[in-house]
Amino acid sequence: MQHTRRTFSGAVLAVALGALFAGCSTTKLDEAAPVESRNVPADGSSATGGAGGPGTAQSSVATVDLSKQGTGAATGLLAQRTVFFDFDSFVVKDEYRPMLEAHAKVLSANRGKRMTLEGHTDERGGREYNLALGQKRADAVLRSMVLLGVQEMQLEAVSFGEEKPAVPGSDEAAWAKNRRVELKDR
Amino acid sequence: MTRSTRPALTPPPWPRRRFIGALAAAAAAPAAAQFRVEITGIGGNQIPVAIATFRDEASAPVPVAAIVRADLQRSGLFRIVDAGGSFDENSRITVAEWRGRGADALAVGSVSRLADGRYDVRFKLWDLVKGEELVGQSHAALPADMRLAAHRIADSIYQNLTGERGVFSTRIAYVTRAGGRYSLHVTDADGEGGQIALASPDPIISPAWAPNGKELAYVSFESQKAVVWLQDVLSGQRRMLANFRGSNSAPAWSPDGRELALTLSRDAVAQLYLISRDGGTPRRITNSQAIDTEPVFTPDGRQIYFVSDRGGGPQIYRMPADGGSAERVSFSGSYNISPAISPDARTLAYITRQGSAFKVMVQELSGGTPIAITDTNDDESPSFAPNGRLLVYTSRAGGRDVLMTTTLDGKIKSRLLTTGADMREPAWGPFGR
Repeated sequence: MQHTRRTFSGAVLAVALGALFAGCSTTKLDEAAPVESRNVPADGSSATGGAGGPGTAQSSVATVDLSKQGTGAATGLLAQRTVFFDFDSFVVKDEYRPMLEAHAKVLSANRGKRMTLEGHTDERGGREYNLALGQKRADAVLRSMVLLGVQEMQLEAVSFGEEKPAVPGSDEAAWAKNRRVELKDR
Repeated sequence: MTRSTRPALTPPPWPRRRFIGALAAAAAAPAAAQFRVEITGIGGNQIPVAIATFRDEASAPVPVAAIVRADLQRSGLFRIVDAGGSFDENSRITVAEWRGRGADALAVGSVSRLADGRYDVRFKLWDLVKGEELVGQSHAALPADMRLAAHRIADSIYQNLTGERGVFSTRIAYVTRAGGRYSLHVTDADGEGGQIALASPDPIISPAWAPNGKELAYVSFESQKAVVWLQDVLSGQRRMLANFRGSNSAPAWSPDGRELALTLSRDAVAQLYLISRDGGTPRRITNSQAIDTEPVFTPDGRQIYFVSDRGGGPQIYRMPADGGSAERVSFSGSYNISPAISPDARTLAYITRQGSAFKVMVQELSGGTPIAITDTNDDESPSFAPNGRLLVYTSRAGGRDVLMTTTLDGKIKSRLLTTGADMREPAWGPFGR
């Protein structure tokens, strides 16, 4: 799994609350087009890279979901909202620490702010057991953020189990993108 | 099947009227639902039975005799003998001729339209071995209940020839996913006559029938988290049963229907609780550092089987229903989930992982060896028929999730109606509706 790969909460969108806007590798809103979740590329090629990082592919496109971000588009670490997990693992890897710290800082500065941590698994195994495994992942991220100073009541860990894969497919590349916790503002 | 011990039944007075039309099984079953039976496997010791096409059944909205034949075939206990020719319940039956065709039993009947729009469905069952009439019945059925009328005839034949209750007039709930939409369906036990109980843009999982067959519990993600709902099937009235912090899932009814066991993450990742069917404060019944989920009551209500990964991988355990220490039940394999207990409490069915494959296993609880009863690789969610003779489960075929039924020995399998949608999470309902 490449941790540089970005998925955005907008990619999951089932809610037709608002239009999604596509910007070119920065969060500058120079183009607007409604995007459906099904149109999100399933293969790694166009999903690699990301806003702001070194070595970003020039053709990459970052999706910013204004309906989920509240005021304006978040940039940098705050634009990262997905923690990926290894197979059968619930360990929040160290590489996600800067991103979680950034979100924790925002939450600590604003105790009225709430966030949902949405755990997901890959498609293999039973639906109910996977629901619990996704919950365990979401809970692991919650514990990490509490350690970083967030009040537990600001967070709710929930799970979709295997029910809402980020990408379709039944191979390791797809599974790796689906084993995740998504941070969502409430 | 012990046919020889069958009691010689005295035929009931004929015609006996039973009005089933009054059972308001909601409106409008599709007129001529497509009909297909795919059966694999050969069972030994099957009763050869001939089901003649009912006189004037073409006037009915469903093919009565074909439904009866398919029901009996799917049970694995019958072999259908060709019954060419025109017969009805008044036909003179030449026993020797039917014996010559190889049939041990024969059903004949007729369909006629009544002035009030209902159909009078009559049938007679002959025991050709003893040369006597076993049963004669007449039902008046609303057009929308004609499929039910056919299933009840199959149930009557099944019961008269095997001594056990048939399950053909019971119902199955399951979930489909098509085009990003999710639907909770309720269909006849043969997968036909389907109606939608809930349609949603968000996932639905884990439907569970109340013991009275009138309510369904299920998990819906419509509020962007897992919440347990209860829904009255006939009226569509629904209410949240459990919507606590975190996830709420895996509902299982107690046999008396008064409470449900479920999995909550309000205090830990996934633990088991009991909650009244009327809601209220749930009572925690497991206290592990691990995942505990998929509870299911034993038929006497005294024990709960469930899945826990307290020993590492997920395994099946059992514990007293009101809490207490648990003992491990599954020992072979590193991943065993989704327990189901047969109505006679003798058999455990569950899903095991073998390599990358998931298969339905059956194990005698008195201490038998677990037996894999499928040769497919993506099986999920076994659920017992109320007479304990069949299981329905999800498998995968042609790139789709499909519903299969199987006998407990795995010898007779049948694929339920294919709709082009993914069909999953089957739950076989109780007797009665």
